[in-house]
Amino acid sequence: MSEPVIAADGRPLKASLNRALRRQKMRALALIAPLLIFILVSFVMPIADMLFRSVENEIVSETLPRTVAALDAWDAGSGETPDEDVFNALYTDMALAVEYKSHTRLGSRLNYETTGIASLFRKSGRRVGKFDTDVYTKAFQDADPRYADPQQWVAWMADDSIRAKLPMTTSAYDDWAKMIVEAENDVPSEEEPWDFVYSALYNDAVSGAELPVSVDVSGITPVSLRTAFGDIDDKWLNPNVWRTIKTYSPRYTDGYFLNSVDLMKGAEGVEARPENEQIYITLFIRTMIMSLSIMGMCVLLGYPIAWLLANLKDRTANLLMILVLLPFWTSLLVRTSAWKVLLQQQGVINDILVWIGIVADDNRLELINNQTGTIIAMTHILLPFMILPLYSVMKTIPPSYLRAAKSLGATNWTAFWRVYFPQSVPGIGAGCILVFILAIGYYITPELVGGTKGVFISNRIAYHISSSLNWGLAAALGTILLTIVMVLYWVYDKIVGIDNVKLGG
Amino acid sequence: MSGLPPYATTGQRAWYYSFRVICGLIFFFLIAPIIVIIPLSFNAQDFFTFTPEMLAFDPAGYSTKHYEDFFTNSDWQLALKNSLKIAPVATLLSVSLGTLAAIGLSQSHVPFRRAIMAILISPMIVPLIISATGMYFFYSNPYIPTPFGKIELPFTLTGTYLGVVLAHAALGIPFVIITVTATLVGFDNSLTRAAANMGAGPVTTFFRVQMPLILPGVVSGGLFAFITSFDEVVVVLFVGSAGQKTLPWQMFTGLREQISPTILAVATILIAVSIVLLFVVELLRRRSERLRGMSPS
Repeated sequence: MSEPVIAADGRPLKASLNRALRRQKMRALALIAPLLIFILVSFVMPIADMLFRSVENEIVSETLPRTVAALDAWDAGSGETPDEDVFNALYTDMALAVEYKSHTRLGSRLNYETTGIASLFRKSGRRVGKFDTDVYTKAFQDADPRYADPQQWVAWMADDSIRAKLPMTTSAYDDWAKMIVEAENDVPSEEEPWDFVYSALYNDAVSGAELPVSVDVSGITPVSLRTAFGDIDDKWLNPNVWRTIKTYSPRYTDGYFLNSVDLMKGAEGVEARPENEQIYITLFIRTMIMSLSIMGMCVLLGYPIAWLLANLKDRTANLLMILVLLPFWTSLLVRTSAWKVLLQQQGVINDILVWIGIVADDNRLELINNQTGTIIAMTHILLPFMILPLYSVMKTIPPSYLRAAKSLGATNWTAFWRVYFPQSVPGIGAGCILVFILAIGYYITPELVGGTKGVFISNRIAYHISSSLNWGLAAALGTILLTIVMVLYWVYDKIVGIDNVKLGG
Repeated sequence: MSGLPPYATTGQRAWYYSFRVICGLIFFFLIAPIIVIIPLSFNAQDFFTFTPEMLAFDPAGYSTKHYEDFFTNSDWQLALKNSLKIAPVATLLSVSLGTLAAIGLSQSHVPFRRAIMAILISPMIVPLIISATGMYFFYSNPYIPTPFGKIELPFTLTGTYLGVVLAHAALGIPFVIITVTATLVGFDNSLTRAAANMGAGPVTTFFRVQMPLILPGVVSGGLFAFITSFDEVVVVLFVGSAGQKTLPWQMFTGLREQISPTILAVATILIAVSIVLLFVVELLRRRSERLRGMSPS
């Protein structure tokens, strides 16, 4: 056995080397860390947040916690309206939600699933404070003045034994107190509880709870909240509305994803949306087909150019390369505005066609605000992304191969098709995936030249964020799009490798 | 394709010339839309096509009134100012962080190199509309995720200058990483060792030895980052507010709502800018190749 080799400082060489290596690794990581943290915060977290929002659905259980709990016992398939308990819970929840103004947000959220709920919630929000439940308040306060004393309420609600006996009252009072502080900027100990707290107290009393000051509740005529809500709008008596609330009560939902593939949660599980609401599958297919056509056009136009550039003398090729790189460097908006100007009915292209006489003046071509416009403009915009990878692959194919094939008797076509083309396939693959990835997520150009028929899925995402405010659906559509792009990116990485991404030729 | 051999048949000749014509047409398709708007921007009328006076080269058909509009209209001037305020800061941020990280990544033993690279490149791969959506959600209500739930931060980044700069810096970083790592591939590490050997600290080595050699890559990465921010409209539409209206945003609304020929004047100015950028990047690329050719490999 030989002694371990010792480094100058007396440690074994192996340990010394390992330490040096570790230090080197740490230094490299320390250099990378600031950027990595920056990207994680400014980019990766937003994407993760979007993914999370596509399934997040806390608004229902946050706005109507009691209703959601009470609905547990209700059978959605029964076809019957839920019982009085659920309406009692709804009353408390709504009275609180109105103060936070969250009932309209919840209404518009549920309106995505069943139309009409938004107006139902708005209408109910206006009238929920005017219910006849003040009879309970009166009855309790008449029976004993301590029920009208805010200080007394605070004292009761601080007593754990009373809290345990009056579960509904406690929960209603707690949320009321919270609301008084947060929404009204008042102090609970100075405010008389609102009707819904007394209504909860009455319900506790009816179910046999012992009241802090006993009151005979048998003399109070009960107010049917079910009838009261039914009076606002008979949609509250419609089991469908309740089914929607129950279906979307969990904290996480796949509803947005179902929506983005034209499905919805029906009475018996997942079902197709009504014919007139089915737009997303069509839109996805259209996005795919148009991206594929743009990709095809790019191959068709890019291949000859790349071939020419790869086979010309360097000087000429460099000069011609400018014609490819200039569009590449020109602002996207400039190119889009150029096409918008050129393709108009009164634009340059139509003018020329009319002047030549191909097209009649009163029958000008519609080249813009449709799919043609989008495909022409986007082919132009993405063509450099096809030419550059094709060119860099073709540059590596030795021209002597073609000469060898010809000297062995191949015709020009055979030499190209059997010898040259197979070697350029990696370039076509790289260019195609690049163009397709870029095309499928395009927003600006389709928005400006696509009209209504030539828009992509990304335009719909933007619409849901800025106009319809259905953020969950926008997030779900975005997640699907992101998945498609990531799969393609993975394929691109396998074929080309991300390290080989080159910029500007 | 280097010339036509003297023995070529008529068919080959026909193909040779028709191929050139086809290529010419494709080049025309690439460049014509950009060239055409330059004369159109000097139109004396508010039209988007050539007027008879213009075709007759009548000086009365041309004017610089759209340029005057651009330089006097407060909307356009504000947009220009915003663009010039946002892009350089975003570029500085992505170049400084990106260069450091690229140097870290190019060292020989980096754990998780591929995964880190994939994360750093991702802003370039993810479609802009998705980045914009995510940033819109997250920046409007930033939070720190913890295992116990979200800690919501008491400020918002949407509609602020800082938010737009952060978003644009993130979008520019992949370009810096790609160009700088490409320059570093040919970097001779014995130079830094030699510097260290002669007593230079890591900072001196970086600024006196490494930086001058990789500068072309850093600058062209910076130019890419700059043009990304300067030309970006989707993210700024979502993350910014009217106070951060940039030049592309103003063009976008101009094209969508009230299309005015001033856009063509702006477009012409931007084309001039991109020609300059194109040449700068090309010069830098050549310089970088020359520098790398000089260092022994």
